[in-house]
Amino acid sequence: MTLGARDVITGTALSVEVDNGIAIVTLDVPGAPVNTLNRAVVEEFGELLDRVEKDLGIRAMVLMSGKPDGFIAGADIAQFLELRSAREAELMSRAGQAMMNRVEGTRAPIVAAIHGACLGGGLETVLACAYRIGTDHPRTLLAAPEVMLGLIPGAGGTQRLPRRIGLRAALDMILTGKNVRAKKALQLGLLDEMVHPAILRDVAVDRARQLAYGGIDRERRHTGAGMADLVLEGNIVGRGVVFRKAREGVMAKTHGHMPAPLAALDAVRAGYEMGRERGFGEEARLFGEMAVTPESKELIYLFFATTALKKDNGTDTPTEPLPVNKIGILGAGFMGSGIASVAAMQGTVVRLKDADHARVGKGLKAVSEVLRERLMKKQITRRQFEDQMALVGGVVDYSGFASVDLVIEAVFEDLALKHTVLLEAEQVIPGDAIYASNTSTIPIARIAEVSHRPEQVLGMHFFSPVPRMPLLEVIVTPRTAPTATATAVAYGRTLGKHVIVVNDGPGFYTTRTLAAYLNEAGYLLDQGVTIEALDRALVDFGFPVGPITLMDEVGLDVGEKVGKVLFDAFGARLAPSQSLARVAASGRTGRKGGKGFYQYDGPGGKKGAVDESVYQLLPTGVSRMDIPATELQERCVLAFVNEAARCLEEGILRSTRDGDVGAVFGLGFPPFRGGPFRYISARGAATILRGLEEYHGRFAPRFEPAGILVEMAGGGRGLGG
Amino acid sequence: MASYGSNGRRVAVMTGLRTPFAKAGTELKSLSVQDLGRAVVAELIERSNLDGKEIDTLIFGTVIPSVLAPNLAREVALLPMLPKGIPAYTVSRACASANQAITDAADQIVLGNVDVAVAGGAESLSNVPILHSRAFSDVLVSASRARTLGARIGKFSRVRPRDLVPITPAIAEPSTGETMGQSAEKMAKLNHIPREEQDQFALRSHRLAAAGTQDGRLASEMMPFYVPPAYDTVLTHDNGVRTDTSLEQLQALKPVFDKRYGSVTAGNSSPLTDGAAAVILMSAEKADALGYQPLAYIRSYAYAALDPGEQLLQAPVLAAPVALARAGLTLADIDIVEMHEAFAAQVLSNLQGFESRTWAERAGFSEPVGEVDRSRLNVMGGSIAIGHPFGATGARITTTLAHELQRRGGQFGMMTVCAAGGMGFAMILENAG
Repeated sequence: MTLGARDVITGTALSVEVDNGIAIVTLDVPGAPVNTLNRAVVEEFGELLDRVEKDLGIRAMVLMSGKPDGFIAGADIAQFLELRSAREAELMSRAGQAMMNRVEGTRAPIVAAIHGACLGGGLETVLACAYRIGTDHPRTLLAAPEVMLGLIPGAGGTQRLPRRIGLRAALDMILTGKNVRAKKALQLGLLDEMVHPAILRDVAVDRARQLAYGGIDRERRHTGAGMADLVLEGNIVGRGVVFRKAREGVMAKTHGHMPAPLAALDAVRAGYEMGRERGFGEEARLFGEMAVTPESKELIYLFFATTALKKDNGTDTPTEPLPVNKIGILGAGFMGSGIASVAAMQGTVVRLKDADHARVGKGLKAVSEVLRERLMKKQITRRQFEDQMALVGGVVDYSGFASVDLVIEAVFEDLALKHTVLLEAEQVIPGDAIYASNTSTIPIARIAEVSHRPEQVLGMHFFSPVPRMPLLEVIVTPRTAPTATATAVAYGRTLGKHVIVVNDGPGFYTTRTLAAYLNEAGYLLDQGVTIEALDRALVDFGFPVGPITLMDEVGLDVGEKVGKVLFDAFGARLAPSQSLARVAASGRTGRKGGKGFYQYDGPGGKKGAVDESVYQLLPTGVSRMDIPATELQERCVLAFVNEAARCLEEGILRSTRDGDVGAVFGLGFPPFRGGPFRYISARGAATILRGLEEYHGRFAPRFEPAGILVEMAGGGRGLGG
Repeated sequence: MASYGSNGRRVAVMTGLRTPFAKAGTELKSLSVQDLGRAVVAELIERSNLDGKEIDTLIFGTVIPSVLAPNLAREVALLPMLPKGIPAYTVSRACASANQAITDAADQIVLGNVDVAVAGGAESLSNVPILHSRAFSDVLVSASRARTLGARIGKFSRVRPRDLVPITPAIAEPSTGETMGQSAEKMAKLNHIPREEQDQFALRSHRLAAAGTQDGRLASEMMPFYVPPAYDTVLTHDNGVRTDTSLEQLQALKPVFDKRYGSVTAGNSSPLTDGAAAVILMSAEKADALGYQPLAYIRSYAYAALDPGEQLLQAPVLAAPVALARAGLTLADIDIVEMHEAFAAQVLSNLQGFESRTWAERAGFSEPVGEVDRSRLNVMGGSIAIGHPFGATGARITTTLAHELQRRGGQFGMMTVCAAGGMGFAMILENAG
């Protein structure tokens, strides 16, 4: 059948409208919020291309999305989970490449009309098109995020992207997965044109017509190369430098834990050295290899875990959250001001209160610095910066608190003080306002015990620095109302956080688990290992920083205080180490004070080498011993996962999913290991149990295995879900 | 005569707020007039716990408009806590600009067009626009139209050194060329106001303002201003109020506008000031519906004007009797009086005028307004001490008068404001408590 001048065909995900020889193809995957490319969609697209090839009335095509604010979000990630072997994954990549080759070579050239996110397979699709137009809308983003899932672009992206925008720009996108806005994409040559969304379709149809009838050369070359591009990329020596630098960059960032960026680098390089066809071959082979790595499986697991979290209201009842338009923050310190800045970014009115003007002023300055950084990076305009600042009102009293929807208390970790401010606030705030404490340690029930409406009281434990750390731990007591929980969860999500809900208890989930881990690091110092060896071992394991560096970051005074609270609550199993106690007692507070286990160039300054003088304070003094890195890792990590398992067993955690997400996004547990519970599953509960028992034998009462681990190791059942 | 709002649309002054006032070139100098206006309205709304959706209109006054944002009011109304759909406009009636904003808003409430309005004003005298000379402007315009670089450069060859002298706006009357200070000086002479009386009045202004600041009455009408970008300066009170000044110090100052026979000095004049102030007005029924308690009702107001070449700042004398008559009141009914103090010589001239039968007749009345009891006048000082950001002063005075009526339990208060162009304003407030 030949399509007439104004014919319309409607398929499952694709519909086509023909306008005088131009086929406007609209992708709208039914029942999904965004378009993803799965097998069915790709098949349908293939059939469509077959039909167009035969229909000589169609001279060019426009590809657009039927979703209001998204183009193509990438491949359907669920299908990666079904891959059983590298070979199967390689074939999948080959099929994708073949599809893109068809898009590229189709008789009727295709104009990609891009509005909204164009990611992964979406990017590869538009790269194969003959012309790309993007809208100047903030939601229009292009990216190759495959490495974030432990994968590499598998449908020609490693070959077409460098040829389109140059080697360095392409590596920058492929190795980091970062988002590129339309304006930048236009500069890079990734887009041919940028237009207002209202005229996207019309311009795309015009361009399609020019491609078909003349005006635009389909074979035109990208001519955006500057001097640096020619020097570095136009010859084999320069490219060698680029590849070497890129590899060094990847290694510095990932410590070699992530195979995917290196594989992507190899695939790109193959294309340069052996030509495009061989490059495609390498891309498919490496995609296959990556798809079955444990790193990729864990990253994909985390992707689904966080996706599922977004649909969880944090309670077991279907409760609607209340709107949060105005919040009060008690305490304008580092945490309070951090929370204020993320709230202002989302348009929330903030009353930022502290005891005196100087503290409030410092808090406002901290907020302005966070927002100014976004202004400098051009993520916001000057007017947006001014608006966001205008949302934050500094106060030394409770004025304006009578209309807040939520109060977040971020005062010093002192129960009496927390009681005082709670009672003060409750006298002013509306009866249905929620009162959240940002405590990291004190049980919420203790804070709520003076409240006149304990059902409105919960914990919202943010992580420092708030604008950067993606986790929020919401803590509920048995008295907390489901509406309050759902509201805190929904608002935390508005702030861009992964929100886990945990039950109340000393140190909740994250603080308690982290304390067990850091405590063991302290015991290793007591025993005599060097600070460098310990930190290096855990960075090698995959933590972003080592435990001693982390202690300095958190603050030794804070760490000591938390340690005492948990010791009181859990007894000898979590008895604080001598090392931390002595160094804290010496008055060192860590980075914020400019003096800790490491040297700093001033309070809050840059970290230097280990402060050798600190060893004199430790139980074994300056004489240090070697313990194998594997034991250092094993002891710290087992302490971590054992405590996590206890939290699950005691019902602090609602699910292993929350435990994994909390550890990865709040505590820096290596993402490519999926989290403590995935780690237990990967190694096997029996293996973990054996390790714990061995160390328990040596260091009782530490390492006493969680009952749930004993049970699992015995029953041989997994920890899943 | 039907009184204001007697159609069942009484206008309530709900609350007011201002930034601390700062002498030009001091703490607030880096802030634009929009910054100041936005800051005060944002804080006013949040402090009042008012839902921005309730606001129907926003009117702001300013005297020296920003070249970059000519409609100051709209920039203020676009604050992020407010809906984008609040129509807003900017008014200018010299030093009575905020009063104009307030009476415009009040009129809209009386007419039934709006129920809730934010009105006020802002001024940054640290940020006045500096203009190019006409000749240099002409060159710039023609150069921007030139087609080639050569032609563009060629245009500049016409520039003469004198063209480069910038023009700064003077506070001078366009019609007479007389500066405000010269006018005050003339009034002092015409009305025989001795130097000592002026200095005494200035001293009184500082002492009363200092007392009002210290006991928290004035402070309660101000927001603390955390000054960006460092935020380590926090302005919590007006920086022009001097707790330590004395008559001797004031008397030691040299006259500015007539060095030989003059009496107007920097000490007995209001200083150039940066600041902003705003009030929330509501129809009485809306206030009731929202559960807010008004401070005061607007009973009446009047504007008047006279020849600027005569006594530039004397028109309050013409406005006050009209406002009183419209309210059906006499001065005897008034518990407190707030007069804008542009100059001590002006206030004292105005007070003299209130007692004068000649001025009463000029205003169309047979009896003078009367003698203002000094113990009820500017009880927390005035613009000489507190400062005078032109566009904001009217909202400051409205707020102070409404609050002070409440505190004293008085029934009626009167305010007057003199303004450039020979204009005057008067308004009567009634305690809503």
